[in-house]
Amino acid sequence: MSILTVSPSPHTHSGQSVPKLMYGVIIALLPALAVSVFYFGIGMIIITAVSVISCVIFEFLFQKYLLKSSPTHLDGSAALTGLLLAFCLPTNIPIWMVMIGAFVSIGIAKMTFGGLGNNIFNPAIVGRVFLFISFPAAMTSYPEPGQWWKYLDATTGATPLSKMSESLANNMTVGEIMNEMPSNMDMFLGKMMGSAGEVAAFALILGLIYMLWKKIISWHIPVSILLTVLIFTAILNVGNPDKFPTPIFHLLTGGLMLGAIFMATDYVTSPMAVKGMLIYGAGIGIITVLIRSFGAYPEGVQFAILLMNGFTPLINKYVKPKRFGEVKHG
Amino acid sequence: MSNVVLFTIITLSSIGGASAIILYFVAQKFKVFEDPRIDQVEASLPSANCGGCGYAGCRNFAEAIVKSENFDGLFCPVGGNETMKNIAALLGRQAVEQEARVAVIRCNGTHQFRPRTNHYEGAASCTLANSLYMGESACPNGCLGNGECVAVCTFDAIFMNLDTGLPEVIDDKCTACNACVKACPRNIIELRKKNPKDRKIFISCVNTEKGAIARKNCSVSCIGCGKCVKICEFEAIHMENNLAYIDPLKCRLCRKCAPECPTNSILEIGFPAKKEKPTKTEEIAIV
Amino acid sequence: MLKTFSLGGVHPKENKISAHKKIEVLPLPPVVTIPISQHIGAPAKLMVSKGDKILTGQVIAESGGFVSSNIHSSVSGTVLKIDSFPDPSGYRRMAVQIQVEGDEWFPGIDTTPDLKKDFIFTSEEIIKKINTSGIVGLGGATFPSHVKLSIPNGKKAEYLIVNAVECEPWLTSDHSLMLEKAEEIMVGIRIMMRALKVEKAIVGIENNKPDAIEKMCKLAASEKGISVVALKVKYPQGGEKQLVKALLNREVPSGGLPIDIGVVAFNVGSIYAAYQAVQKNKPLIERVVTVTGPSLKSPSNFMTRIGTPIQALIDAAGGLPGDTGKVINGGPMMGKALSSIEIPVVKGSSGILVIPESESHRHEVKSCLRCSKCISACPMGLEPYLLMSLSERNMTDRLEREKIMDCMECGSCSYTCPSSRPLLDYIRLGKGRVSQLIKARKN
Repeated sequence: MSILTVSPSPHTHSGQSVPKLMYGVIIALLPALAVSVFYFGIGMIIITAVSVISCVIFEFLFQKYLLKSSPTHLDGSAALTGLLLAFCLPTNIPIWMVMIGAFVSIGIAKMTFGGLGNNIFNPAIVGRVFLFISFPAAMTSYPEPGQWWKYLDATTGATPLSKMSESLANNMTVGEIMNEMPSNMDMFLGKMMGSAGEVAAFALILGLIYMLWKKIISWHIPVSILLTVLIFTAILNVGNPDKFPTPIFHLLTGGLMLGAIFMATDYVTSPMAVKGMLIYGAGIGIITVLIRSFGAYPEGVQFAILLMNGFTPLINKYVKPKRFGEVKHG
Repeated sequence: MSNVVLFTIITLSSIGGASAIILYFVAQKFKVFEDPRIDQVEASLPSANCGGCGYAGCRNFAEAIVKSENFDGLFCPVGGNETMKNIAALLGRQAVEQEARVAVIRCNGTHQFRPRTNHYEGAASCTLANSLYMGESACPNGCLGNGECVAVCTFDAIFMNLDTGLPEVIDDKCTACNACVKACPRNIIELRKKNPKDRKIFISCVNTEKGAIARKNCSVSCIGCGKCVKICEFEAIHMENNLAYIDPLKCRLCRKCAPECPTNSILEIGFPAKKEKPTKTEEIAIV
Repeated sequence: MLKTFSLGGVHPKENKISAHKKIEVLPLPPVVTIPISQHIGAPAKLMVSKGDKILTGQVIAESGGFVSSNIHSSVSGTVLKIDSFPDPSGYRRMAVQIQVEGDEWFPGIDTTPDLKKDFIFTSEEIIKKINTSGIVGLGGATFPSHVKLSIPNGKKAEYLIVNAVECEPWLTSDHSLMLEKAEEIMVGIRIMMRALKVEKAIVGIENNKPDAIEKMCKLAASEKGISVVALKVKYPQGGEKQLVKALLNREVPSGGLPIDIGVVAFNVGSIYAAYQAVQKNKPLIERVVTVTGPSLKSPSNFMTRIGTPIQALIDAAGGLPGDTGKVINGGPMMGKALSSIEIPVVKGSSGILVIPESESHRHEVKSCLRCSKCISACPMGLEPYLLMSLSERNMTDRLEREKIMDCMECGSCSYTCPSSRPLLDYIRLGKGRVSQLIKARKN
């Protein structure tokens, strides 16, 4: 028998690890991936593969040659960023654009802050916003679903959200616009124009159930975001049904489902105490509704999440978890 | 110029100007009077902010010096006598001098001399390991090798030798600021008088257990036999709790004690190798 | 719905492989080594010298103050040596080594196994008997029991809580004690109720011991004021504060003790020892120790005399397995890893856990993910990731404000962390620094 090992307690571990959590989220995204491939075909496969591979390779290169530390590119976090980035992009953008997005996500939004655990803003969203602002034309033309073999040459159209906001600006009423929209069931199943991964609400919800079951995330952030959006859009819709779309429309269109379930729940950039998570989720919901209803952009989730990411350190500092045996004074 | 540009320039200039005026008056109203000598004294200090003087940073020390009337209890170990002389000249006071000191590691329990009986896997903190158990060997006073002393040194004057498992001090860089002494939970490091050519003679052990037990766990431990105490002509060595101690202020570096020690616990550093006396067989051969 | 505590908690694998093993009385070893400090408080004062003839149950070291305890010999024989010996503290400390000769008991001790149900002692007499018998908390904390029974002025006890939870994985000493000595334990509970002058007692047992729950329930049915409650299996349900919260829905205030809210809790092993002390005049000289581990040939529960070398227990369980990497005094969550097995069993040794080499090493430390799993796991509502970060940066003032002293060192945080960060290591360091700060402030 070799000599004994001595260490302070505890002497056992739950077996939880970073790869298990990251790959767990990737598994949760597989239903949405499958649905998107079904609707967008080869374009989806290409940009997803390019995004994931670029992110992993960039992380390896940055860590090994720039930071000179041991590379952790295979722990699943780079692959997850790649997958989420691909989900935010239209499936007909060129490969070099995807690689720029990956470079910004990993290199600028993650590595410059100190790597995993130290970034303030969600890397996938930073990459997406960078591309959105740098290449607005390419980033706002979405392929119609069903064109499996078309990649760069796919026929494009406007997403339900952008169509809604344009038509409202042209003084059509919500009722009139809704006649030209896909049905609620179609939208729930994902049969509409949109970014790669944001279309199929039901697939994303399946992913949410999987993550809750595996205890990867807690329910607080997705529920608080969606509930806040539901309540505020309901108030607006009841107030003026001609100018403000229904809550169902808001919940099913745009990147809200994807953002609420997978982006806002990113560990590093979201608050840690349960009360803090609810405040954060409510903030995202309110800002999203404001941008969508009164702002210049048709979609507001990405900016809402980035803004609330900035508040996370403040929320972590002042919102403490419930203490045991709190002595109440006075 | 277009209206927009003109409007922008006027607005921003006005805001800038107004802020400058407000800030000037606020700075004047809330100005704190400070003795200008504090800045002068601070400039002559090494700016290491190591806390070796016992104050919170060089500025705090400079304030204390200017406030006090003399140099009682005020000495910068990093700047040393040179710096204190400069400060004394600045303030028109009598300078004080102190013996230069250097940090000495009083444990020689390498892997070879002090066998490792288990493997530690906790966080690399000596304080933590010390509160947990004796350490990776069977000596309860010996160096734990986790490097807390190395971590606190702000002068890069101490490093961990991975072969021996013990820390080593780089005498030229050590400023005797006391940080490593305070960090070591077993009081192994001591600030001792710095001799010319960095020579040192000291008992490299802090074990207070009875000789037989100490010897069993480390072959170079002090066993409290007292032979060094007896041989010292200058009464520089005394015995307490089974452990001998050489007073650095009384020791004349005569080197008589080291060969007396049966366990080679007394280390002589910086001396030339002693000439070997020729043995009887060699003498016969020469003839 | 089973009762439980609301904040935090984790679910380590229970591994109660020795649960159905009857308690075996371990044969007397040739030599015992009894340390004079096996409790919280001042070490006991030596009363014997080398060469003295000792009887089983004789006082060999006297209590060193109010918060201290008597040490009794667990064997009869001759004092071999009085010296510093390695003990579970990790250091060598003063102990009495006795050469075992026969098993002759000190006069006045009732060594018969008969159940004695009735007792006539007053509260003060009971507390005195428990004091002289050297009874300390046998759950592992080893706090002198007579001190806990001496309610300070101004406070009143309403409930006695019997901690039979045994939430640590692998350990089954309390479980086996309840299966075989349930009647004696009931008498012990009534004795403690009289000592505390309370009318109500609740026994808390985790739901993974259905046979013990059934047995205790049946007996409690005919006892006035004693109830048995089954609790949800969740670590650390056996923590005093968590137990009081689960059973009575009262929270011990931060920095306070259970008596502040009218509750006194005792481990079920301590209660059995109290029964022995009061009814049989038998001091604390033996206890049930679980010897267990995945590679042991026959994991068991042994009734062991204090001072028996751990080597003897491991040999009785089939010998030390060849693949041993760690030997732990206690359970895997809060137990202490030993550097050698040449140390004796002491009053607080609830179990010896032998872990194979393959499970003995920590995983590589990664950076903090801010996943907040440590916060969800902490039963005291603290933020372990923050406490570690502050401790690394020596921010002692802020550590005190973040309530680091509330930490009960249960290990749930380090257990859960996906990045295998040594959270509890740094929290312990921080606690040490904050205690020094508090002590310096008092002076």
